[in-house]
Amino acid sequence: MSIAKDLSRLEEIVRKLEADDVELDAALALFEEGVSRLRAAREHLAAAEVKVQTVLEEAGGDLRLSDLDG
Amino acid sequence: MTYSLQLSVIAPTEEVWSVTQLTSAVKRLVEGELMPLWIRGEVVGLKAWSSGHWYFGLRDRSSQVRCCMWGRYAQLAGEPPKDGTEVFVLGKPGIYEAKGEFQLNVTRMIPTAAIGAAQRELERVKELLQREGLFDHSRKRPLPALASSVAVVTSTAGAALRDVITVVGKRWPCCRVVVVNARVQGDGAVHALVRALRLVNRIPGIEICIVGRGGGGREDLAAFNSEAVCRALAAVRVPTISAVGHETDISLTDLVADLRAPTPSAAAEMAVADRREVSRQVDDLAARLAGGLGNRTRLAAERLARTADRLHASIEAVLRRERHRADRLAGQLDALSPLRILGRGYAVPVGPDGHVLKRRAEFAPGALFRLRVADGDVAARVESP
Repeated sequence: MSIAKDLSRLEEIVRKLEADDVELDAALALFEEGVSRLRAAREHLAAAEVKVQTVLEEAGGDLRLSDLDG
Repeated sequence: MTYSLQLSVIAPTEEVWSVTQLTSAVKRLVEGELMPLWIRGEVVGLKAWSSGHWYFGLRDRSSQVRCCMWGRYAQLAGEPPKDGTEVFVLGKPGIYEAKGEFQLNVTRMIPTAAIGAAQRELERVKELLQREGLFDHSRKRPLPALASSVAVVTSTAGAALRDVITVVGKRWPCCRVVVVNARVQGDGAVHALVRALRLVNRIPGIEICIVGRGGGGREDLAAFNSEAVCRALAAVRVPTISAVGHETDISLTDLVADLRAPTPSAAAEMAVADRREVSRQVDDLAARLAGGLGNRTRLAAERLARTADRLHASIEAVLRRERHRADRLAGQLDALSPLRILGRGYAVPVGPDGHVLKRRAEFAPGALFRLRVADGDVAARVESP
Protein backbone atom coordinates (compact mmCIF):
# COMPACT_ATOMS: atom_id res chain seq x y z
CA MET A 1 0.00 0.00 0.00
CA SER A 2 1.45 3.34 -0.95
CA ILE A 3 1.51 6.35 1.34
CA ALA A 4 -0.54 8.25 -1.24
CA LYS A 5 -3.34 5.72 -0.89
CA ASP A 6 -3.02 5.65 2.91
CA LEU A 7 -3.33 9.40 3.13
CA SER A 8 -6.22 9.78 0.72
CA ARG A 9 -8.14 7.02 2.54
CA LEU A 10 -7.32 8.70 5.85
CA GLU A 11 -8.68 11.98 4.50
CA GLU A 12 -11.87 10.19 3.48
CA ILE A 13 -12.24 8.55 6.92
CA VAL A 14 -11.76 11.85 8.72
CA ARG A 15 -14.34 13.55 6.53
CA LYS A 16 -16.84 10.76 7.24
CA LEU A 17 -16.22 10.97 10.98
CA GLU A 18 -16.60 14.73 10.91
CA ALA A 19 -19.97 14.41 9.19
CA ASP A 20 -22.86 13.50 11.54
CA ASP A 21 -24.43 10.65 9.66
CA VAL A 22 -22.27 7.69 10.71
CA GLU A 23 -23.55 5.17 13.24
CA LEU A 24 -21.31 4.67 16.25
CA ASP A 25 -20.38 1.10 15.27
CA ALA A 26 -19.34 2.26 11.81
CA ALA A 27 -17.52 5.24 13.31
CA LEU A 28 -15.50 2.97 15.59
CA ALA A 29 -14.57 0.73 12.66
CA LEU A 30 -13.53 3.79 10.62
CA PHE A 31 -11.52 5.11 13.53
CA GLU A 32 -9.70 1.81 13.89
CA GLU A 33 -8.88 1.73 10.19
CA GLY A 34 -7.76 5.36 10.38
CA VAL A 35 -5.34 4.56 13.18
CA SER A 36 -3.76 1.73 11.22
CA ARG A 37 -3.48 3.90 8.09
CA LEU A 38 -1.92 6.61 10.19
CA ARG A 39 0.60 4.17 11.61
CA ALA A 40 1.49 2.91 8.11
CA ALA A 41 1.97 6.46 6.82
CA ARG A 42 4.19 7.39 9.75
CA GLU A 43 6.30 4.26 9.32
CA HIS A 44 6.63 5.11 5.65
CA LEU A 45 7.76 8.64 6.42
CA ALA A 46 10.32 7.37 8.91
CA ALA A 47 12.36 5.63 6.18
CA ALA A 48 15.93 6.62 6.82
CA GLU A 49 17.49 6.45 3.40
CA VAL A 50 16.44 6.65 -0.20
CA LYS A 51 16.67 3.30 -1.95
CA VAL A 52 18.66 3.50 -5.16
CA GLN A 53 18.39 0.71 -7.68
CA THR A 54 19.74 0.22 -11.14
CA VAL A 55 18.10 -1.75 -13.88
CA LEU A 56 19.75 -3.95 -16.47
CA GLU A 57 18.26 -5.79 -19.38
CA GLU A 58 19.54 -9.31 -19.56
CA ALA A 59 20.31 -11.17 -22.76
CA GLY A 60 16.91 -12.89 -22.73
CA GLY A 61 15.16 -9.53 -22.42
CA ASP A 62 14.34 -9.91 -18.72
CA LEU A 63 14.88 -6.95 -16.43
CA ARG A 64 17.13 -7.23 -13.43
CA LEU A 65 16.92 -4.64 -10.65
CA SER A 66 19.83 -4.39 -8.26
CA ASP A 67 20.68 -2.05 -5.41
CA LEU A 68 23.15 0.67 -6.18
CA ASP A 69 25.39 1.87 -3.38
CA GLY A 70 26.21 5.50 -2.89
CA MET B 1 80.76 57.33 -13.08
CA THR B 2 78.18 56.59 -15.72
CA TYR B 3 76.46 53.99 -13.47
CA SER B 4 75.74 56.48 -10.81
CA LEU B 5 74.13 58.71 -13.40
CA GLN B 6 71.86 55.90 -14.57
CA LEU B 7 71.10 54.78 -11.06
CA SER B 8 70.12 58.26 -10.16
CA VAL B 9 67.21 57.96 -12.62
CA ILE B 10 65.64 55.41 -10.30
CA ALA B 11 64.81 56.83 -6.97
CA PRO B 12 66.07 54.59 -4.14
CA THR B 13 62.59 54.33 -2.74
CA GLU B 14 61.06 53.03 -5.98
CA GLU B 15 60.20 49.36 -6.32
CA VAL B 16 61.79 47.22 -9.01
CA TRP B 17 59.65 44.39 -10.39
CA SER B 18 60.85 41.00 -11.42
CA VAL B 19 59.69 39.60 -14.77
CA THR B 20 57.63 37.06 -12.92
CA GLN B 21 55.89 39.79 -10.92
CA LEU B 22 55.07 41.54 -14.17
CA THR B 23 53.70 38.50 -15.97
CA SER B 24 51.76 37.49 -12.86
CA ALA B 25 50.22 40.92 -12.60
CA VAL B 26 49.22 40.94 -16.27
CA LYS B 27 47.88 37.40 -15.92
CA ARG B 28 45.77 38.46 -12.95
CA LEU B 29 44.47 41.43 -14.88
CA VAL B 30 43.58 39.49 -18.02
CA GLU B 31 42.30 36.32 -16.41
CA GLY B 32 40.45 38.14 -13.68
CA GLU B 33 38.70 40.40 -16.14
CA LEU B 34 37.73 38.11 -18.99
CA MET B 35 35.43 35.12 -18.54
CA PRO B 36 35.24 32.32 -21.13
CA LEU B 37 33.94 33.65 -24.45
CA TRP B 38 32.72 32.30 -27.73
CA ILE B 39 34.93 33.53 -30.55
CA ARG B 40 34.49 33.02 -34.26
CA GLY B 41 37.56 32.70 -36.49
CA GLU B 42 39.58 30.68 -38.96
CA VAL B 43 41.88 27.94 -37.76
CA VAL B 44 45.47 28.30 -38.89
CA GLY B 45 48.55 26.11 -38.39
CA LEU B 46 46.98 23.51 -36.15
CA LYS B 47 49.42 21.06 -34.59
CA ALA B 48 48.01 18.01 -32.82
CA TRP B 49 50.61 16.67 -30.37
CA SER B 50 50.93 13.03 -29.41
CA SER B 51 49.89 14.08 -25.89
CA GLY B 52 46.53 14.96 -27.45
CA HIS B 53 46.91 18.72 -27.03
CA TRP B 54 46.23 21.01 -29.98
CA TYR B 55 48.05 24.27 -30.66
CA PHE B 56 46.78 26.57 -33.37
CA GLY B 57 46.11 30.12 -34.36
CA LEU B 58 42.71 31.70 -34.74
CA ARG B 59 42.46 34.64 -37.09
CA ASP B 60 40.18 37.01 -38.88
CA ARG B 61 41.12 39.67 -41.45
CA SER B 62 43.25 41.80 -39.24
CA SER B 63 44.13 39.88 -36.07
CA GLN B 64 45.32 36.56 -34.81
CA VAL B 65 45.49 34.90 -31.40
CA ARG B 66 47.44 31.86 -30.23
CA CYS B 67 45.23 29.06 -29.01
CA CYS B 68 45.86 25.99 -26.92
CA MET B 69 43.36 23.15 -26.43
CA TRP B 70 44.15 20.47 -23.88
CA GLY B 71 43.86 16.81 -24.86
CA ARG B 72 40.71 16.10 -22.87
CA TYR B 73 38.88 18.93 -24.68
CA ALA B 74 40.47 18.24 -28.10
CA GLN B 75 39.26 14.66 -27.79
CA LEU B 76 35.64 15.81 -27.72
CA ALA B 77 36.09 18.04 -30.78
CA GLY B 78 36.65 15.12 -33.18
CA GLU B 79 39.08 15.35 -36.09
CA PRO B 80 41.44 18.34 -36.12
CA PRO B 81 40.10 20.89 -38.60
CA LYS B 82 42.09 21.82 -41.73
CA ASP B 83 43.65 25.24 -42.15
CA GLY B 84 41.09 27.84 -43.07
CA THR B 85 38.12 26.06 -41.45
CA GLU B 86 35.80 28.55 -39.88
CA VAL B 87 34.97 27.58 -36.29
CA PHE B 88 33.39 28.76 -33.08
CA VAL B 89 35.64 28.25 -30.09
CA LEU B 90 34.85 28.66 -26.41
CA GLY B 91 37.98 29.93 -24.72
CA LYS B 92 39.29 31.83 -21.75
CA PRO B 93 41.92 34.47 -22.47
CA GLY B 94 45.08 33.89 -20.48
CA ILE B 95 48.77 34.63 -20.18
CA TYR B 96 51.34 31.87 -20.62
CA GLU B 97 53.83 33.17 -18.09
CA ALA B 98 56.82 31.03 -19.16
CA LYS B 99 56.88 32.85 -22.49
CA GLY B 100 55.03 36.01 -21.57
CA GLU B 101 52.55 35.21 -24.27
CA PHE B 102 48.86 36.00 -24.55
CA GLN B 103 46.85 32.94 -25.51
CA LEU B 104 43.33 31.58 -25.63
CA ASN B 105 42.71 28.40 -23.62
CA VAL B 106 40.09 26.66 -25.72
CA THR B 107 37.70 24.13 -24.25
CA ARG B 108 35.28 23.67 -27.15
CA MET B 109 35.49 23.92 -30.91
CA ILE B 110 32.65 23.55 -33.39
CA PRO B 111 32.93 24.14 -37.14
CA THR B 112 30.40 26.83 -38.06
CA ALA B 113 29.14 24.58 -40.85
CA ALA B 114 28.22 21.89 -38.31
CA ILE B 115 26.20 24.39 -36.32
CA GLY B 116 24.32 25.33 -39.45
CA ALA B 117 23.52 21.71 -40.23
CA ALA B 118 22.55 20.95 -36.61
CA GLN B 119 20.36 24.03 -36.52
CA ARG B 120 18.55 22.99 -39.69
CA GLU B 121 17.98 19.47 -38.35
CA LEU B 122 16.67 20.92 -35.05
CA GLU B 123 14.21 23.12 -36.92
CA ARG B 124 13.02 20.18 -39.03
CA VAL B 125 12.37 17.93 -36.00
CA LYS B 126 10.78 20.73 -34.02
CA GLU B 127 8.35 21.56 -36.79
CA LEU B 128 7.49 17.91 -37.38
CA LEU B 129 6.80 17.13 -33.72
CA GLN B 130 4.87 20.32 -33.27
CA ARG B 131 2.65 19.46 -36.22
CA GLU B 132 2.05 16.01 -34.72
CA GLY B 133 0.97 17.65 -31.46
CA LEU B 134 3.74 16.24 -29.28
CA PHE B 135 4.26 19.62 -27.63
CA ASP B 136 0.54 20.24 -27.05
CA HIS B 137 -0.48 21.43 -23.65
CA SER B 138 -3.40 19.01 -23.67
CA ARG B 139 -0.92 16.11 -23.64
CA LYS B 140 0.67 17.25 -20.38
CA ARG B 141 -0.07 14.98 -17.47
CA PRO B 142 0.05 16.13 -13.83
CA LEU B 143 2.64 14.55 -11.57
CA PRO B 144 1.33 12.21 -8.84
CA ALA B 145 1.31 14.01 -5.50
CA LEU B 146 3.25 11.50 -3.41
CA ALA B 147 5.32 9.45 -5.81
CA SER B 148 7.29 6.73 -4.09
CA SER B 149 9.10 5.34 -7.11
CA VAL B 150 11.00 7.50 -9.60
CA ALA B 151 13.02 6.40 -12.64
CA VAL B 152 16.01 8.49 -13.69
CA VAL B 153 17.33 8.12 -17.21
CA THR B 154 20.83 9.55 -17.27
CA SER B 155 24.47 8.58 -17.23
CA THR B 156 25.53 6.84 -14.01
CA ALA B 157 28.85 8.66 -14.49
CA GLY B 158 27.29 12.12 -14.57
CA ALA B 159 26.64 14.69 -11.87
CA ALA B 160 22.91 14.71 -12.65
CA LEU B 161 22.31 11.37 -10.95
CA ARG B 162 24.15 12.39 -7.80
CA ASP B 163 22.15 15.61 -7.64
CA VAL B 164 18.84 13.78 -8.01
CA ILE B 165 19.70 11.22 -5.33
CA THR B 166 20.85 13.96 -2.94
CA VAL B 167 17.67 15.99 -3.34
CA VAL B 168 15.36 12.97 -3.12
CA GLY B 169 17.27 11.72 -0.07
CA LYS B 170 16.82 15.05 1.65
CA ARG B 171 13.17 15.63 0.78
CA TRP B 172 11.56 12.22 0.49
CA PRO B 173 13.78 9.40 1.75
CA CYS B 174 10.97 6.86 1.60
CA CYS B 175 11.32 7.01 -2.18
CA ARG B 176 12.85 4.45 -4.50
CA VAL B 177 15.05 5.81 -7.28
CA VAL B 178 15.64 3.46 -10.21
CA VAL B 179 18.55 4.53 -12.37
CA VAL B 180 18.44 3.59 -16.02
CA ASN B 181 21.91 4.20 -17.32
CA ALA B 182 22.32 5.79 -20.75
CA ARG B 183 24.99 7.71 -22.58
CA VAL B 184 23.80 11.29 -22.81
CA GLN B 185 26.29 12.69 -25.31
CA GLY B 186 28.42 11.64 -28.23
CA ASP B 187 28.06 8.64 -30.49
CA GLY B 188 25.38 6.19 -29.46
CA ALA B 189 23.67 8.60 -27.06
CA VAL B 190 20.45 8.68 -29.11
CA HIS B 191 20.27 4.91 -29.27
CA ALA B 192 21.07 4.54 -25.56
CA LEU B 193 18.48 7.11 -24.49
CA VAL B 194 15.76 5.55 -26.64
CA ARG B 195 16.52 2.13 -25.21
CA ALA B 196 16.54 3.43 -21.65
CA LEU B 197 13.23 5.26 -22.07
CA ARG B 198 11.60 2.11 -23.44
CA LEU B 199 13.00 0.17 -20.50
CA VAL B 200 11.28 2.57 -18.07
CA ASN B 201 7.90 1.36 -19.32
CA ARG B 202 8.78 -2.15 -18.24
CA ILE B 203 9.91 -1.41 -14.67
CA PRO B 204 7.05 -2.20 -12.27
CA GLY B 205 5.78 0.51 -9.95
CA ILE B 206 7.45 3.52 -11.54
CA GLU B 207 5.35 6.69 -11.09
CA ILE B 208 7.54 9.45 -12.57
CA CYS B 209 10.38 9.43 -15.09
CA ILE B 210 13.14 12.06 -15.04
CA VAL B 211 15.37 12.22 -18.11
CA GLY B 212 18.34 14.51 -18.17
CA ARG B 213 21.96 15.40 -17.67
CA GLY B 214 24.07 18.06 -16.09
CA GLY B 215 24.90 21.29 -17.86
CA GLY B 216 26.56 21.06 -21.24
CA GLY B 217 27.25 22.98 -24.38
CA ARG B 218 24.77 23.35 -27.14
CA GLU B 219 25.95 20.45 -29.27
CA ASP B 220 26.34 18.23 -26.21
CA LEU B 221 22.59 18.37 -25.92
CA ALA B 222 22.10 17.12 -29.47
CA ALA B 223 20.73 13.76 -28.31
CA PHE B 224 17.97 15.57 -26.40
CA ASN B 225 16.91 17.23 -29.63
CA SER B 226 16.76 14.04 -31.64
CA GLU B 227 13.49 12.90 -33.10
CA ALA B 228 13.91 9.33 -31.86
CA VAL B 229 14.53 10.39 -28.25
CA CYS B 230 11.59 12.80 -28.33
CA ARG B 231 9.28 10.07 -29.59
CA ALA B 232 10.53 7.57 -27.00
CA LEU B 233 9.95 10.17 -24.29
CA ALA B 234 6.42 10.83 -25.53
CA ALA B 235 5.76 7.08 -25.30
CA VAL B 236 6.74 6.83 -21.63
CA ARG B 237 3.61 5.73 -19.76
CA VAL B 238 4.16 7.78 -16.60
CA PRO B 239 4.52 11.56 -16.28
CA THR B 240 7.95 12.78 -17.40
CA ILE B 241 10.30 15.60 -16.44
CA SER B 242 13.03 16.75 -18.80
CA ALA B 243 16.07 18.18 -17.01
CA VAL B 244 18.80 18.87 -19.47
CA GLY B 245 20.66 21.25 -17.23
CA HIS B 246 20.90 24.23 -19.50
CA GLU B 247 19.12 27.36 -18.39
CA THR B 248 19.34 29.26 -21.64
CA ASP B 249 18.70 26.64 -24.29
CA ILE B 250 15.53 24.65 -24.43
CA SER B 251 15.90 21.16 -25.78
CA LEU B 252 13.10 19.43 -27.65
CA THR B 253 12.72 16.89 -24.83
CA ASP B 254 11.84 19.89 -22.63
CA LEU B 255 8.91 20.55 -24.95
CA VAL B 256 7.79 16.92 -25.15
CA ALA B 257 8.05 16.11 -21.44
CA ASP B 258 5.12 16.81 -19.13
CA LEU B 259 7.33 19.20 -17.17
CA ARG B 260 10.59 20.97 -17.79
CA ALA B 261 13.12 21.50 -15.03
CA PRO B 262 16.11 23.81 -15.34
CA THR B 263 18.41 21.30 -13.63
CA PRO B 264 18.29 17.68 -12.46
CA SER B 265 18.12 18.90 -8.85
CA ALA B 266 15.08 21.00 -9.71
CA ALA B 267 13.52 17.99 -11.43
CA ALA B 268 13.97 15.94 -8.26
CA GLU B 269 12.31 18.70 -6.24
CA MET B 270 9.32 18.68 -8.55
CA ALA B 271 9.11 14.88 -8.53
CA VAL B 272 8.96 14.21 -4.81
CA ALA B 273 7.14 15.72 -1.85
CA ASP B 274 8.82 17.22 1.17
CA ARG B 275 8.73 14.86 4.12
CA ARG B 276 8.35 17.67 6.65
CA GLU B 277 5.31 19.03 4.86
CA VAL B 278 3.69 15.61 4.57
CA SER B 279 4.45 14.91 8.25
CA ARG B 280 2.57 18.06 9.18
CA GLN B 281 -0.31 16.90 7.01
CA VAL B 282 -0.27 13.50 8.75
CA ASP B 283 -0.27 15.16 12.18
CA ASP B 284 -3.21 17.28 11.13
CA LEU B 285 -5.12 14.21 9.95
CA ALA B 286 -4.29 12.42 13.21
CA ALA B 287 -5.75 15.31 15.20
CA ARG B 288 -8.86 15.40 13.04
CA LEU B 289 -9.25 11.63 13.32
CA ALA B 290 -9.21 11.81 17.11
CA GLY B 291 -11.52 14.83 17.07
CA GLY B 292 -13.82 13.09 14.63
CA LEU B 293 -14.28 10.10 16.91
CA GLY B 294 -14.76 12.39 19.91
CA ASN B 295 -17.44 14.16 17.94
CA ARG B 296 -19.07 10.83 17.10
CA THR B 297 -19.07 9.64 20.72
CA ARG B 298 -20.47 12.96 21.93
CA LEU B 299 -23.23 12.74 19.35
CA ALA B 300 -23.88 9.14 20.32
CA ALA B 301 -24.12 10.08 24.00
CA GLU B 302 -26.57 12.85 23.20
CA ARG B 303 -28.62 10.48 21.12
CA LEU B 304 -28.56 7.91 23.92
CA ALA B 305 -29.85 10.52 26.37
CA ARG B 306 -32.59 11.45 23.97
CA THR B 307 -33.45 7.78 23.55
CA ALA B 308 -33.64 7.30 27.33
CA ASP B 309 -36.03 10.23 27.57
CA ARG B 310 -38.19 8.77 24.87
CA LEU B 311 -38.06 5.36 26.53
CA HIS B 312 -39.14 6.87 29.81
CA ALA B 313 -41.99 8.70 28.11
CA SER B 314 -43.15 5.59 26.31
CA ILE B 315 -43.12 3.51 29.52
CA GLU B 316 -45.28 6.13 31.19
CA ALA B 317 -47.66 5.96 28.28
CA VAL B 318 -47.83 2.19 28.63
CA LEU B 319 -48.45 2.48 32.34
CA ARG B 320 -51.16 5.02 31.79
CA ARG B 321 -52.78 2.85 29.21
CA GLU B 322 -52.62 -0.21 31.52
CA ARG B 323 -54.07 1.71 34.41
CA HIS B 324 -56.90 2.89 32.24
CA ARG B 325 -57.54 -0.67 31.11
CA ALA B 326 -57.47 -1.91 34.67
CA ASP B 327 -60.08 0.70 35.59
CA ARG B 328 -62.24 -0.39 32.72
CA LEU B 329 -61.92 -4.05 33.69
CA ALA B 330 -62.71 -3.19 37.26
CA GLY B 331 -65.92 -1.54 36.04
CA GLN B 332 -66.87 -4.65 34.12
CA LEU B 333 -66.09 -6.81 37.13
CA ASP B 334 -68.38 -4.65 39.19
CA ALA B 335 -71.20 -5.12 36.72
CA LEU B 336 -70.82 -8.88 37.02
CA SER B 337 -70.73 -8.87 40.81
CA PRO B 338 -73.54 -11.05 42.38
CA LEU B 339 -74.40 -8.16 44.65
CA ARG B 340 -75.53 -6.28 41.54
CA ILE B 341 -77.91 -9.17 40.74
CA LEU B 342 -79.48 -8.79 44.16
CA GLY B 343 -80.31 -5.27 43.10
CA ARG B 344 -82.62 -6.67 40.51
CA GLY B 345 -84.70 -8.46 43.26
CA TYR B 346 -82.92 -11.75 43.69
CA ALA B 347 -82.09 -12.95 47.23
CA VAL B 348 -79.39 -15.39 48.37
CA PRO B 349 -80.03 -17.83 51.31
CA VAL B 350 -77.00 -18.25 53.53
CA GLY B 351 -76.59 -20.88 56.24
CA PRO B 352 -75.43 -20.06 59.81
CA ASP B 353 -71.86 -20.87 58.71
CA GLY B 354 -72.08 -18.34 55.87
CA HIS B 355 -72.52 -21.11 53.29
CA VAL B 356 -74.82 -20.41 50.38
CA LEU B 357 -77.75 -22.82 50.44
CA LYS B 358 -78.41 -24.08 46.94
CA ARG B 359 -80.33 -27.40 47.27
CA ARG B 360 -83.62 -28.61 48.95
CA ALA B 361 -81.62 -30.98 51.16
CA GLU B 362 -79.88 -28.03 52.76
CA PHE B 363 -83.18 -26.68 54.03
CA ALA B 364 -84.17 -28.84 57.10
CA PRO B 365 -87.72 -27.98 58.42
CA GLY B 366 -87.55 -25.45 61.22
CA ALA B 367 -83.88 -24.53 60.33
CA LEU B 368 -82.89 -20.94 60.67
CA PHE B 369 -80.98 -19.16 57.88
CA ARG B 370 -80.50 -15.67 56.55
CA LEU B 371 -81.62 -14.17 53.27
CA ARG B 372 -79.21 -11.72 51.74
CA VAL B 373 -80.91 -9.01 49.72
CA ALA B 374 -79.66 -5.93 47.99
CA ASP B 375 -79.36 -3.70 51.06
CA GLY B 376 -78.55 -6.29 53.78
CA ASP B 377 -79.98 -9.54 55.09
CA VAL B 378 -83.02 -10.77 57.01
CA ALA B 379 -83.57 -13.78 59.35
CA ALA B 380 -85.71 -16.62 57.91
CA ARG B 381 -87.00 -20.15 58.94
CA VAL B 382 -87.86 -23.18 56.87
CA GLU B 383 -91.58 -23.94 57.45
CA SER B 384 -91.81 -27.27 55.70
CA PRO B 385 -89.58 -29.26 53.37
